[in-house]
Amino acid sequence: MDNQSLRKPTLAVSPENYKILAQQYTPKPTIVKNVIRAFAVGGIICAIGQVIINFFVSIGLTRVEASTAATATMIFLGALLTGLGIYDEIGKFGGAGSIVPVTGFSNSIVSPAMEFRREGYVLGVGAKLFTVAGPVLVYGIATSIVVGVIYFLIH
Amino acid sequence: MDLKRAGNQTVVFDNPPVILASYSVVGPKEGQGPLGKTFSKVWMDQLNGAKSWEVAESNMLQEAMQGAIDQAGIAKDQIDYMLSGDLLNQIISSNFAARQMALPFIGLYGACSTMALGLALGSMLIDGGFARNVLVGASSHHDTAERQFRAPTEQGTQRAMSAQWTVTGAGSVILGRRGEGPRISSATIGRVIDYAEKDVNNMGSAMAPAVADTILNHFHDLQRQATDYDLIASGDLGAVGLVLATEVLKQSSIDMKTVFTDCGVMVFDPSQDVHSGASGCGCSAVVFAGNIMRRIKVGELKRVMLVGSGALHSPTSALQGESIPGIGHAVVIDA
Repeated sequence: MDNQSLRKPTLAVSPENYKILAQQYTPKPTIVKNVIRAFAVGGIICAIGQVIINFFVSIGLTRVEASTAATATMIFLGALLTGLGIYDEIGKFGGAGSIVPVTGFSNSIVSPAMEFRREGYVLGVGAKLFTVAGPVLVYGIATSIVVGVIYFLIH
Repeated sequence: MDLKRAGNQTVVFDNPPVILASYSVVGPKEGQGPLGKTFSKVWMDQLNGAKSWEVAESNMLQEAMQGAIDQAGIAKDQIDYMLSGDLLNQIISSNFAARQMALPFIGLYGACSTMALGLALGSMLIDGGFARNVLVGASSHHDTAERQFRAPTEQGTQRAMSAQWTVTGAGSVILGRRGEGPRISSATIGRVIDYAEKDVNNMGSAMAPAVADTILNHFHDLQRQATDYDLIASGDLGAVGLVLATEVLKQSSIDMKTVFTDCGVMVFDPSQDVHSGASGCGCSAVVFAGNIMRRIKVGELKRVMLVGSGALHSPTSALQGESIPGIGHAVVIDA
Protein backbone atom coordinates (compact mmCIF):
# COMPACT_ATOMS: atom_id res chain seq x y z
CA MET A 1 0.00 0.00 0.00
CA ASP A 2 1.11 3.54 -0.62
CA ASN A 3 1.08 6.14 2.11
CA GLN A 4 2.22 4.27 5.18
CA SER A 5 2.86 7.50 7.06
CA LEU A 6 1.57 7.27 10.57
CA ARG A 7 -0.40 9.78 12.61
CA LYS A 8 -0.76 13.51 12.14
CA PRO A 9 -4.21 14.04 10.60
CA THR A 10 -5.85 15.67 13.54
CA LEU A 11 -8.57 18.28 13.20
CA ALA A 12 -7.28 21.82 13.08
CA VAL A 13 -10.07 23.16 15.27
CA SER A 14 -9.38 23.28 19.01
CA PRO A 15 -12.07 22.27 21.53
CA GLU A 16 -12.34 25.91 22.64
CA ASN A 17 -12.91 27.15 19.10
CA TYR A 18 -15.32 24.30 18.46
CA LYS A 19 -17.44 25.39 21.37
CA ILE A 20 -17.79 28.86 19.85
CA LEU A 21 -18.55 27.30 16.46
CA ALA A 22 -21.18 24.97 17.94
CA GLN A 23 -22.92 27.84 19.73
CA GLN A 24 -22.92 29.82 16.52
CA TYR A 25 -24.61 27.08 14.47
CA THR A 26 -27.02 25.70 17.06
CA PRO A 27 -30.48 27.21 16.56
CA LYS A 28 -31.66 29.31 19.48
CA PRO A 29 -34.89 28.46 21.27
CA THR A 30 -37.77 30.54 19.91
CA ILE A 31 -38.24 32.36 23.22
CA VAL A 32 -40.64 35.13 22.17
CA LYS A 33 -42.96 32.70 20.37
CA ASN A 34 -42.76 30.24 23.29
CA VAL A 35 -43.55 32.91 25.89
CA ILE A 36 -46.57 34.20 23.95
CA ARG A 37 -47.93 30.68 23.44
CA ALA A 38 -47.29 29.75 27.09
CA PHE A 39 -49.13 32.90 28.20
CA ALA A 40 -52.11 32.11 25.98
CA VAL A 41 -52.34 28.38 26.78
CA GLY A 42 -51.74 28.89 30.53
CA GLY A 43 -54.33 31.67 30.54
CA ILE A 44 -56.93 29.53 28.75
CA ILE A 45 -56.39 26.62 31.17
CA CYS A 46 -56.78 28.94 34.18
CA ALA A 47 -59.86 30.57 32.65
CA ILE A 48 -61.44 27.12 32.25
CA GLY A 49 -60.58 26.47 35.91
CA GLN A 50 -62.30 29.72 36.89
CA VAL A 51 -65.44 28.80 34.90
CA ILE A 52 -65.53 25.46 36.78
CA ILE A 53 -65.10 27.22 40.16
CA ASN A 54 -67.95 29.60 39.28
CA PHE A 55 -70.11 26.65 38.30
CA PHE A 56 -69.50 24.88 41.64
CA VAL A 57 -70.22 28.13 43.55
CA SER A 58 -73.44 28.55 41.55
CA ILE A 59 -74.71 25.12 42.62
CA GLY A 60 -74.18 26.00 46.27
CA LEU A 61 -70.59 25.07 47.26
CA THR A 62 -68.57 27.46 49.38
CA ARG A 63 -65.59 29.26 47.80
CA VAL A 64 -63.09 26.83 49.41
CA GLU A 65 -65.10 23.72 48.50
CA ALA A 66 -65.53 24.98 44.93
CA SER A 67 -61.76 25.50 44.55
CA THR A 68 -61.06 21.97 45.76
CA ALA A 69 -63.69 20.49 43.47
CA ALA A 70 -62.43 22.52 40.52
CA THR A 71 -58.83 21.37 41.14
CA ALA A 72 -60.00 17.76 41.17
CA THR A 73 -61.93 18.36 37.96
CA MET A 74 -58.90 19.91 36.25
CA ILE A 75 -56.71 16.99 37.34
CA PHE A 76 -59.29 14.63 35.86
CA LEU A 77 -59.37 16.58 32.59
CA GLY A 78 -55.54 16.59 32.40
CA ALA A 79 -55.49 12.83 32.91
CA LEU A 80 -58.26 12.27 30.37
CA LEU A 81 -56.54 14.36 27.69
CA THR A 82 -53.26 12.55 28.39
CA GLY A 83 -54.97 9.20 27.98
CA LEU A 84 -56.52 10.34 24.72
CA GLY A 85 -53.08 11.37 23.44
CA ILE A 86 -54.04 15.05 23.23
CA TYR A 87 -52.18 16.61 26.16
CA ASP A 88 -48.70 16.00 24.72
CA GLU A 89 -49.78 17.97 21.64
CA ILE A 90 -51.02 20.81 23.88
CA GLY A 91 -47.70 20.63 25.75
CA LYS A 92 -45.70 20.80 22.53
CA PHE A 93 -47.58 23.95 21.59
CA GLY A 94 -47.99 25.61 24.97
CA GLY A 95 -44.78 24.63 26.80
CA ALA A 96 -44.70 26.02 30.33
CA GLY A 97 -48.26 27.26 29.87
CA SER A 98 -49.50 23.68 29.99
CA ILE A 99 -46.85 22.30 32.38
CA VAL A 100 -47.30 24.74 35.30
CA PRO A 101 -51.08 24.42 35.87
CA VAL A 102 -52.38 21.40 37.79
CA THR A 103 -53.35 19.72 34.48
CA GLY A 104 -49.63 19.55 33.70
CA PHE A 105 -48.96 17.85 37.01
CA SER A 106 -51.69 15.37 36.16
CA ASN A 107 -50.05 14.77 32.77
CA SER A 108 -46.66 14.19 34.40
CA ILE A 109 -48.11 11.36 36.52
CA VAL A 110 -50.47 9.78 34.00
CA SER A 111 -47.90 9.68 31.17
CA PRO A 112 -45.40 7.45 33.08
CA ALA A 113 -48.33 5.33 34.29
CA MET A 114 -49.30 4.68 30.66
CA GLU A 115 -45.69 4.30 29.55
CA PHE A 116 -44.62 1.72 32.11
CA ARG A 117 -47.73 -0.46 32.41
CA ARG A 118 -46.09 -3.05 30.13
CA GLU A 119 -43.47 -3.60 32.83
CA GLY A 120 -46.20 -4.62 35.28
CA TYR A 121 -48.29 -2.89 37.94
CA VAL A 122 -45.76 -3.11 40.78
CA LEU A 123 -42.29 -2.54 39.31
CA GLY A 124 -43.63 -0.78 36.22
CA VAL A 125 -46.50 1.60 37.06
CA GLY A 126 -45.89 1.56 40.83
CA ALA A 127 -42.17 2.20 40.73
CA LYS A 128 -42.10 4.58 37.77
CA LEU A 129 -45.26 6.60 38.48
CA PHE A 130 -43.36 9.54 39.98
CA THR A 131 -40.31 9.58 37.68
CA VAL A 132 -41.40 12.96 36.31
CA ALA A 133 -43.46 14.36 39.19
CA GLY A 134 -41.17 13.03 41.93
CA PRO A 135 -38.79 16.02 42.05
CA VAL A 136 -41.79 18.39 42.14
CA LEU A 137 -43.22 16.51 45.13
CA VAL A 138 -39.91 16.19 46.97
CA TYR A 139 -38.96 19.85 46.69
CA GLY A 140 -42.56 21.10 46.92
CA ILE A 141 -43.09 19.27 50.22
CA ALA A 142 -39.63 20.22 51.50
CA THR A 143 -40.30 23.89 50.71
CA SER A 144 -43.70 23.77 52.40
CA ILE A 145 -42.09 22.38 55.57
CA VAL A 146 -39.52 25.19 55.61
CA VAL A 147 -42.20 27.81 54.99
CA GLY A 148 -44.36 26.19 57.71
CA VAL A 149 -41.53 26.40 60.25
CA ILE A 150 -40.86 30.07 59.38
CA TYR A 151 -44.60 30.82 59.69
CA PHE A 152 -44.68 29.05 63.10
CA LEU A 153 -41.68 31.09 64.38
CA ILE A 154 -43.06 34.42 63.20
CA HIS A 155 -46.43 33.88 64.88
CA MET B 1 0.51 -12.21 4.21
CA ASP B 2 0.62 -8.50 3.52
CA LEU B 3 -1.31 -6.19 5.75
CA LYS B 4 -4.42 -4.78 4.09
CA ARG B 5 -3.93 -1.42 5.72
CA ALA B 6 -3.46 2.08 4.37
CA GLY B 7 -2.23 4.89 6.57
CA ASN B 8 -3.47 5.25 10.10
CA GLN B 9 -7.00 3.96 10.23
CA THR B 10 -8.07 2.56 6.88
CA VAL B 11 -8.31 -1.01 5.61
CA VAL B 12 -8.44 -1.75 1.88
CA PHE B 13 -9.99 -5.06 0.90
CA ASP B 14 -8.13 -7.38 -1.50
CA ASN B 15 -11.34 -9.11 -2.47
CA PRO B 16 -13.98 -6.47 -1.87
CA PRO B 17 -17.14 -8.06 -0.43
CA VAL B 18 -20.29 -7.83 -2.54
CA ILE B 19 -23.53 -6.35 -1.27
CA LEU B 20 -25.87 -9.15 -2.35
CA ALA B 21 -29.09 -7.70 -0.99
CA SER B 22 -30.50 -4.87 1.11
CA TYR B 23 -33.87 -4.53 2.81
CA SER B 24 -35.45 -1.77 4.86
CA VAL B 25 -38.58 -1.59 7.04
CA VAL B 26 -39.82 1.69 8.55
CA GLY B 27 -42.64 3.12 10.63
CA PRO B 28 -45.51 5.28 9.31
CA LYS B 29 -43.88 8.71 9.89
CA GLU B 30 -40.76 7.67 7.97
CA GLY B 31 -42.99 6.23 5.23
CA GLN B 32 -44.64 9.65 4.83
CA GLY B 33 -41.25 11.36 4.49
CA PRO B 34 -39.47 12.26 1.24
CA LEU B 35 -37.76 8.83 1.07
CA GLY B 36 -41.03 6.92 1.71
CA LYS B 37 -41.04 5.15 -1.66
CA THR B 38 -37.43 3.95 -1.35
CA PHE B 39 -38.08 1.66 1.63
CA SER B 40 -38.86 -2.01 1.08
CA LYS B 41 -41.74 -1.95 3.56
CA VAL B 42 -43.68 0.64 5.57
CA TRP B 43 -45.57 -0.34 8.72
CA MET B 44 -49.03 1.10 9.28
CA ASP B 45 -48.41 1.83 12.97
CA GLN B 46 -45.65 1.81 15.57
CA LEU B 47 -46.57 -1.61 17.06
CA ASN B 48 -47.64 -3.66 14.04
CA GLY B 49 -49.52 -6.05 16.34
CA ALA B 50 -46.75 -6.51 18.93
CA LYS B 51 -47.49 -6.20 22.65
CA SER B 52 -44.77 -3.63 23.31
CA TRP B 53 -42.62 -1.22 21.36
CA GLU B 54 -39.53 -3.22 22.26
CA VAL B 55 -41.01 -6.39 20.76
CA ALA B 56 -42.09 -4.36 17.73
CA GLU B 57 -38.52 -3.10 17.18
CA SER B 58 -37.11 -6.61 17.35
CA ASN B 59 -39.81 -7.88 14.98
CA MET B 60 -38.98 -5.06 12.59
CA LEU B 61 -35.31 -6.03 12.60
CA GLN B 62 -36.17 -9.68 11.94
CA GLU B 63 -38.43 -8.65 9.08
CA ALA B 64 -35.63 -6.59 7.51
CA MET B 65 -33.17 -9.47 7.91
CA GLN B 66 -35.53 -12.07 6.49
CA GLY B 67 -36.29 -9.70 3.62
CA ALA B 68 -32.60 -9.36 2.82
CA ILE B 69 -32.03 -13.11 2.98
CA ASP B 70 -34.98 -13.78 0.65
CA GLN B 71 -33.79 -11.10 -1.75
CA ALA B 72 -30.22 -12.45 -1.83
CA GLY B 73 -31.59 -15.86 -2.76
CA ILE B 74 -29.15 -17.71 -0.54
CA ALA B 75 -29.89 -20.40 2.04
CA LYS B 76 -29.65 -19.37 5.67
CA ASP B 77 -26.97 -21.97 6.39
CA GLN B 78 -24.67 -20.21 3.93
CA ILE B 79 -24.61 -17.20 6.25
CA ASP B 80 -21.74 -17.56 8.70
CA TYR B 81 -22.32 -14.54 10.95
CA MET B 82 -25.04 -12.16 11.94
CA LEU B 83 -23.77 -8.71 12.98
CA SER B 84 -26.31 -6.42 14.51
CA GLY B 85 -26.91 -3.67 17.05
CA ASP B 86 -29.44 -1.15 18.32
CA LEU B 87 -29.86 1.58 20.92
CA LEU B 88 -31.60 -0.29 23.73
CA ASN B 89 -29.90 -1.41 26.93
CA GLN B 90 -28.00 -4.67 26.36
CA ILE B 91 -28.95 -4.38 22.62
CA ILE B 92 -32.11 -6.44 23.23
CA SER B 93 -33.67 -5.79 19.83
CA SER B 94 -30.71 -7.48 18.16
CA ASN B 95 -30.36 -10.22 20.80
CA PHE B 96 -34.01 -11.19 20.44
CA ALA B 97 -33.86 -11.04 16.65
CA ALA B 98 -30.73 -13.24 16.80
CA ARG B 99 -32.64 -15.77 18.90
CA GLN B 100 -35.07 -16.16 16.00
CA MET B 101 -32.47 -16.05 13.23
CA ALA B 102 -30.44 -18.82 14.92
CA LEU B 103 -27.16 -17.73 13.29
CA PRO B 104 -23.75 -17.27 14.93
CA PHE B 105 -24.24 -13.80 16.34
CA ILE B 106 -21.89 -10.90 17.05
CA GLY B 107 -23.70 -8.10 18.88
CA LEU B 108 -22.49 -4.58 18.19
CA TYR B 109 -22.93 -1.28 19.94
CA GLY B 110 -21.91 1.79 18.03
CA ALA B 111 -25.02 3.85 18.78
CA CYS B 112 -26.21 5.36 15.50
CA SER B 113 -22.97 4.33 13.73
CA THR B 114 -23.87 0.64 14.07
CA MET B 115 -24.79 -0.01 10.42
CA ALA B 116 -21.48 1.36 9.12
CA LEU B 117 -19.58 -0.48 11.87
CA GLY B 118 -21.35 -3.74 10.93
CA LEU B 119 -20.57 -3.25 7.23
CA ALA B 120 -16.89 -2.60 8.04
CA LEU B 121 -16.54 -5.61 10.34
CA GLY B 122 -18.57 -7.87 8.05
CA SER B 123 -16.30 -6.94 5.15
CA MET B 124 -13.22 -7.72 7.27
CA LEU B 125 -14.65 -11.12 8.15
CA ILE B 126 -15.28 -11.93 4.51
CA ASP B 127 -12.06 -10.55 3.06
CA GLY B 128 -10.12 -12.18 5.89
CA GLY B 129 -11.51 -15.53 4.83
CA PHE B 130 -13.55 -16.08 7.99
CA ALA B 131 -16.97 -16.04 6.37
CA ARG B 132 -18.74 -16.76 3.10
CA ASN B 133 -21.73 -14.51 3.70
CA VAL B 134 -22.50 -12.11 6.54
CA LEU B 135 -25.85 -10.70 7.58
CA VAL B 136 -25.62 -7.11 8.86
CA GLY B 137 -28.45 -5.22 10.49
CA ALA B 138 -29.37 -2.33 12.76
CA SER B 139 -32.60 -0.98 14.17
CA SER B 140 -34.12 1.80 16.23
CA HIS B 141 -37.66 2.67 17.29
CA HIS B 142 -38.82 6.16 18.16
CA ASP B 143 -40.84 5.13 21.20
CA THR B 144 -38.35 2.66 22.71
CA ALA B 145 -35.61 5.29 22.40
CA GLU B 146 -37.78 8.07 23.84
CA ARG B 147 -38.62 6.13 26.97
CA GLN B 148 -35.04 4.97 27.51
CA PHE B 149 -33.23 8.23 26.77
CA ARG B 150 -35.79 10.97 27.33
CA ALA B 151 -39.33 11.17 28.69
CA PRO B 152 -42.59 9.20 28.57
CA THR B 153 -44.06 9.63 25.09
CA GLU B 154 -47.37 11.10 26.31
CA GLN B 155 -45.71 13.74 28.47
CA GLY B 156 -46.34 17.24 27.14
CA THR B 157 -42.90 18.77 26.60
CA GLN B 158 -41.22 20.92 24.01
CA ARG B 159 -38.19 19.58 22.16
CA ALA B 160 -35.10 21.71 21.60
CA MET B 161 -34.59 23.13 18.11
CA SER B 162 -31.31 21.18 17.84
CA ALA B 163 -32.92 17.87 18.91
CA GLN B 164 -33.29 15.00 16.47
CA TRP B 165 -36.14 12.53 16.00
CA THR B 166 -35.26 8.85 16.43
CA VAL B 167 -36.24 6.89 13.33
CA THR B 168 -38.49 3.86 13.64
CA GLY B 169 -36.76 1.60 11.18
CA ALA B 170 -34.59 -1.43 10.58
CA GLY B 171 -32.19 -1.98 7.74
CA SER B 172 -30.35 -5.13 6.73
CA VAL B 173 -27.69 -6.00 4.20
CA ILE B 174 -26.15 -9.31 3.06
CA LEU B 175 -22.46 -9.23 2.29
CA GLY B 176 -20.97 -12.04 0.25
CA ARG B 177 -17.60 -13.31 -0.89
CA ARG B 178 -18.85 -14.00 -4.39
CA GLY B 179 -21.62 -12.65 -6.56
CA GLU B 180 -22.71 -9.60 -8.49
CA GLY B 181 -23.38 -6.18 -7.07
CA PRO B 182 -21.79 -3.12 -5.53
CA ARG B 183 -18.68 -3.83 -3.46
CA ILE B 184 -17.26 -2.50 -0.23
CA SER B 185 -13.74 -1.47 -1.19
CA SER B 186 -12.40 0.09 2.00
CA ALA B 187 -13.33 1.01 5.54
CA THR B 188 -12.06 3.51 8.10
CA ILE B 189 -12.72 2.71 11.73
CA GLY B 190 -13.11 5.91 13.72
CA ARG B 191 -11.58 7.14 16.93
CA VAL B 192 -13.68 8.35 19.82
CA ILE B 193 -13.59 12.14 19.69
CA ASP B 194 -15.02 14.31 22.44
CA TYR B 195 -15.10 18.09 22.06
CA ALA B 196 -16.92 18.52 25.37
CA GLU B 197 -20.49 18.90 24.09
CA LYS B 198 -22.76 18.09 27.06
CA ASP B 199 -26.17 18.89 25.63
CA VAL B 200 -28.04 15.61 24.98
CA ASN B 201 -30.44 17.64 22.85
CA ASN B 202 -27.61 18.55 20.51
CA MET B 203 -26.07 15.23 19.52
CA GLY B 204 -25.26 16.48 16.03
CA SER B 205 -22.82 18.91 17.62
CA ALA B 206 -21.37 16.11 19.78
CA MET B 207 -20.79 13.79 16.79
CA ALA B 208 -19.67 16.27 14.13
CA PRO B 209 -15.95 16.36 15.15
CA ALA B 210 -15.81 12.54 15.18
CA VAL B 211 -17.25 12.36 11.65
CA ALA B 212 -14.87 15.08 10.50
CA ASP B 213 -11.92 13.26 12.08
CA THR B 214 -12.79 10.01 10.31
CA ILE B 215 -13.26 11.74 6.93
CA LEU B 216 -9.98 13.63 7.40
CA ASN B 217 -8.10 10.44 8.18
CA HIS B 218 -9.81 8.49 5.40
CA PHE B 219 -8.80 11.11 2.82
CA HIS B 220 -5.27 11.20 4.20
CA ASP B 221 -4.91 7.41 4.35
CA LEU B 222 -6.10 6.88 0.74
CA GLN B 223 -4.80 10.22 -0.64
CA ARG B 224 -8.28 11.11 -1.79
CA GLN B 225 -10.55 14.14 -1.71
CA ALA B 226 -14.29 14.82 -1.69
CA THR B 227 -14.53 14.92 -5.48
CA ASP B 228 -13.42 11.27 -5.64
CA TYR B 229 -16.91 10.43 -4.34
CA ASP B 230 -20.37 10.89 -5.82
CA LEU B 231 -21.88 10.96 -2.36
CA ILE B 232 -20.55 11.17 1.18
CA ALA B 233 -23.40 10.54 3.59
CA SER B 234 -22.97 10.83 7.32
CA GLY B 235 -25.54 9.07 9.40
CA ASP B 236 -26.90 10.90 11.38
CA LEU B 237 -25.60 14.33 12.22
CA GLY B 238 -28.83 16.15 11.47
CA ALA B 239 -28.92 19.68 10.08
CA VAL B 240 -26.87 21.24 12.91
CA GLY B 241 -24.17 18.56 12.91
CA LEU B 242 -23.85 18.52 9.11
CA VAL B 243 -23.06 22.24 9.01
CA LEU B 244 -20.63 21.88 11.92
CA ALA B 245 -18.79 18.91 10.37
CA THR B 246 -18.48 20.78 7.06
CA GLU B 247 -17.12 23.84 8.87
CA VAL B 248 -14.65 21.82 10.97
CA LEU B 249 -13.35 20.07 7.83
CA LYS B 250 -13.01 23.41 6.06
CA GLN B 251 -10.76 24.61 8.90
CA SER B 252 -8.60 21.54 8.23
CA SER B 253 -8.39 22.62 4.55
CA ILE B 254 -10.87 20.01 3.31
CA ASP B 255 -13.57 21.25 0.96
CA MET B 256 -16.54 18.88 0.93
CA LYS B 257 -17.91 20.53 -2.27
CA THR B 258 -21.51 19.46 -2.88
CA VAL B 259 -21.17 15.72 -2.23
CA PHE B 260 -21.63 15.84 1.54
CA THR B 261 -25.05 15.11 2.97
CA ASP B 262 -26.55 13.40 5.99
CA CYS B 263 -28.99 10.50 6.35
CA GLY B 264 -30.66 12.34 9.24
CA VAL B 265 -31.41 15.30 7.00
CA MET B 266 -32.81 13.09 4.21
CA VAL B 267 -35.43 11.04 6.09
CA PHE B 268 -37.94 13.70 7.08
CA ASP B 269 -39.39 16.79 5.48
CA PRO B 270 -39.11 20.01 7.56
CA SER B 271 -42.92 20.07 7.67
CA GLN B 272 -42.83 16.87 9.75
CA ASP B 273 -41.68 18.94 12.75
CA VAL B 274 -38.56 16.94 13.62
CA HIS B 275 -36.38 19.99 14.22
CA SER B 276 -32.72 19.12 13.41
CA GLY B 277 -33.56 15.89 11.53
CA ALA B 278 -33.56 12.16 12.14
CA SER B 279 -31.34 9.94 14.28
CA GLY B 280 -31.09 6.37 15.60
CA CYS B 281 -29.33 3.22 14.38
CA GLY B 282 -32.25 2.69 12.02
CA CYS B 283 -31.73 6.06 10.34
CA SER B 284 -28.50 5.40 8.43
CA ALA B 285 -29.48 1.71 8.11
CA VAL B 286 -32.71 2.37 6.21
CA VAL B 287 -31.34 5.28 4.17
CA PHE B 288 -28.39 3.13 3.09
CA ALA B 289 -30.40 -0.05 2.49
CA GLY B 290 -33.15 1.94 0.75
CA ASN B 291 -32.31 5.20 -0.97
CA ILE B 292 -28.51 4.90 -1.38
CA MET B 293 -28.48 1.27 -2.57
CA ARG B 294 -31.19 2.06 -5.12
CA ARG B 295 -29.22 5.01 -6.46
CA ILE B 296 -26.08 2.84 -6.74
CA LYS B 297 -27.99 0.12 -8.57
CA VAL B 298 -29.47 2.46 -11.19
CA GLY B 299 -26.00 3.85 -11.85
CA GLU B 300 -26.61 7.32 -10.41
CA LEU B 301 -23.84 6.85 -7.82
CA LYS B 302 -20.53 5.16 -8.63
CA ARG B 303 -18.68 5.63 -5.38
CA VAL B 304 -20.28 6.33 -2.02
CA MET B 305 -18.88 6.82 1.46
CA LEU B 306 -21.21 6.10 4.37
CA VAL B 307 -19.94 7.58 7.63
CA GLY B 308 -22.01 6.21 10.49
CA SER B 309 -21.92 8.54 13.47
CA GLY B 310 -22.59 7.56 17.04
CA ALA B 311 -23.09 9.46 20.30
CA LEU B 312 -21.60 7.15 22.90
CA HIS B 313 -23.22 8.46 26.05
CA SER B 314 -25.87 6.99 28.32
CA PRO B 315 -28.67 8.67 30.31
CA THR B 316 -26.61 7.97 33.46
CA SER B 317 -23.40 9.54 32.14
CA ALA B 318 -25.35 12.59 30.95
CA LEU B 319 -26.98 13.06 34.38
CA GLN B 320 -23.55 12.78 36.00
CA GLY B 321 -22.38 15.70 33.90
CA GLU B 322 -20.11 13.80 31.51
CA SER B 323 -19.73 15.12 27.98
CA ILE B 324 -20.84 13.09 24.96
CA PRO B 325 -18.10 11.08 23.21
CA GLY B 326 -18.68 10.79 19.48
CA ILE B 327 -17.53 8.25 16.90
CA GLY B 328 -17.62 7.92 13.12
CA HIS B 329 -17.02 4.79 11.04
CA ALA B 330 -16.68 5.00 7.27
CA VAL B 331 -17.23 2.40 4.57
CA VAL B 332 -16.73 2.99 0.85
CA ILE B 333 -19.04 1.33 -1.66
CA ASP B 334 -17.96 1.08 -5.31
CA ALA B 335 -20.64 0.29 -7.87
